[in-house]
Amino acid sequence: MSAPANTASATPAVALDALALRKKPRSLWSDAFRQFRRHKLAMAGVVVITILVLMTLLGPTLWRIDKDAIDFSASKVGPSRAHPIGTNDLGNDMLGRVIWGGRISLAVGLFVAFVQITLGVVIGALAGYFGKTADNLLMRLTDLFLALPTLPILLLVVYLFREPMRAAFGPILGVFLLIVFVIGALNWMATARLVRAEFLSLKQKEFVEAAHAMGATSSTIIVKHILPNVLSPVIVAATLGVGAAIITESTLSFLGIGFEPDVPTWGRLLSESRDFLDIAWWMAVGPGLMIFLTVLSINFIGDGLRDALDPKKSR
Amino acid sequence: MSQYIMRRILTAIPTLIAISIILFSIISLAPGDPLASFAADPRVPEAVKENIRKQLGLNDPLPVRYAKWATAMLRGDWGTSFQSRSPVKDLIGQRLPTTIFVSGTAFLLAVLIGVTVGILSAIKQYSVFDQVATFVAYIGNALPTFVSGLFLIIVFGVKFRWFPFIYRSNVDQVGLAGIWERIHQAALPIMVLALFECAALIRYTRAAMLEVVKADYVRTARAKGLREGRVLTGHAVRNALIPVVTIVALRVPTVFAGAVVTEQIFRVPGTGSLFISAYNNKDVPVIMALSFISAVLVVTFNLVADIVYGVLDPRIKYT
Repeated sequence: MSAPANTASATPAVALDALALRKKPRSLWSDAFRQFRRHKLAMAGVVVITILVLMTLLGPTLWRIDKDAIDFSASKVGPSRAHPIGTNDLGNDMLGRVIWGGRISLAVGLFVAFVQITLGVVIGALAGYFGKTADNLLMRLTDLFLALPTLPILLLVVYLFREPMRAAFGPILGVFLLIVFVIGALNWMATARLVRAEFLSLKQKEFVEAAHAMGATSSTIIVKHILPNVLSPVIVAATLGVGAAIITESTLSFLGIGFEPDVPTWGRLLSESRDFLDIAWWMAVGPGLMIFLTVLSINFIGDGLRDALDPKKSR
Repeated sequence: MSQYIMRRILTAIPTLIAISIILFSIISLAPGDPLASFAADPRVPEAVKENIRKQLGLNDPLPVRYAKWATAMLRGDWGTSFQSRSPVKDLIGQRLPTTIFVSGTAFLLAVLIGVTVGILSAIKQYSVFDQVATFVAYIGNALPTFVSGLFLIIVFGVKFRWFPFIYRSNVDQVGLAGIWERIHQAALPIMVLALFECAALIRYTRAAMLEVVKADYVRTARAKGLREGRVLTGHAVRNALIPVVTIVALRVPTVFAGAVVTEQIFRVPGTGSLFISAYNNKDVPVIMALSFISAVLVVTFNLVADIVYGVLDPRIKYT
């Protein structure tokens, strides 16, 4: 980690240098940002994601056709001025539905990444810092989770808890929470291993020893001294986790498991389009392109961040 | 080495037992009664229902049911499907060849193409070929199979009508025509699965190869005057493939799990679609058997990856 070069205790002899130092000090983050901006694909990803997020947030107020307005006279019409990406078999406007589904997909992606990173960081930090029995137990747990057949477990757990969650939190929020926690709980292992490995090597470093000598408690050392040094790979993992989570949620919806049939998630829209591919291809293209663009942009951003946050790569 | 293998196999067994307990508890906790439709039928007398439940062992406490299931499984008895009343083993046996044919071909293709393209694009880093390959890999990574599958159906199935987009298990033509028909109808699902796998493998192989190309021993090989071809095949590729082989082994179970989705798109009658229909019908023995097989695959191929890594890389010492 490059310490900020603001050793302002400059002697008069280096006054010129001090003058130079008065310019904004370069920090890791500003360096990383500079580096990130050079990554063209990542910047393109940021632009696309910003547009998508704005669209899902503002879309329903700007695009006034209700996603649930049924109009049988306009069933399965292709892209037109009234319906830019067509309508489905019930005459629902596809654009309205895709915008609405985007809210769910993006929200699921963000929250899953949050859950899996939190779990991964906590488990990895505890295992790496305390070592010995804690490490052994937590790593066996990680191995066990890695060996679980993910898709069957996902399907079974969602199936098992869908009704109770729906009763407790309402049909959309309940299923949302369930899906977020199950996907998150099945995907923290890579982060945990990464954080553990970093902790194992960092806890031997002098600055940790110094913190120990000054009487810092374990929790302070973990949170204030070691964790900030692990942040870069964790941020990259979190970014890529968002994309992976969007794909997983769409897979569940595509298989007809998860949200209620009337919640137009992208996966659900794709699954509905399957029966009309020969007469209404636009039913698949809209939501399919949205998944593709979102995940592609997120992966680009993740790669850009990886390059930008890697001190070995900065020029 | 053999001691290491033994130890790894011994640790794999408790893992499998733990997974089977987890799976079994999850499935048994499921609220829906597997005999719900049957139980709701007013024409069936209570006593008969009770008898059937007893016969299926549904009234026993959970640990007893698990013990029964585990011992039966060990004896090779996988139970009887609630839905079709035929042995689970037969059901899976009927479906397995289709899945192995489709997913296996796709995986082989993906490995061949992905590894070759990955190596070539690393050798010619920053060339047009490399840029195209990297871009295709990005696209493949961001296109889940249910998106690429539907898009390919629209283009090749609906627009050009080159391929059928529904899979038939009972192809009636005989001889060459029948073989052709089988390949022809499997083409789209194979393409979809292969594209997705290929994308991941291109990226892994390229990264592994780029790391190796810069290594000192490759420079040494060049310095002592070896021809470029020999340097690449004899020194660079051999070493770059070590991590790739383990990745390939680790991805085998995911390919078969991924078949759940592709088989759903193309209506391929394989084990993936068997799982989904069993899931929809709460057919516990079938769900349990397929989930457990998938766990066994994961554990086995983890083991294979570790062992292969040790065999290929003499720098790894197992103690």
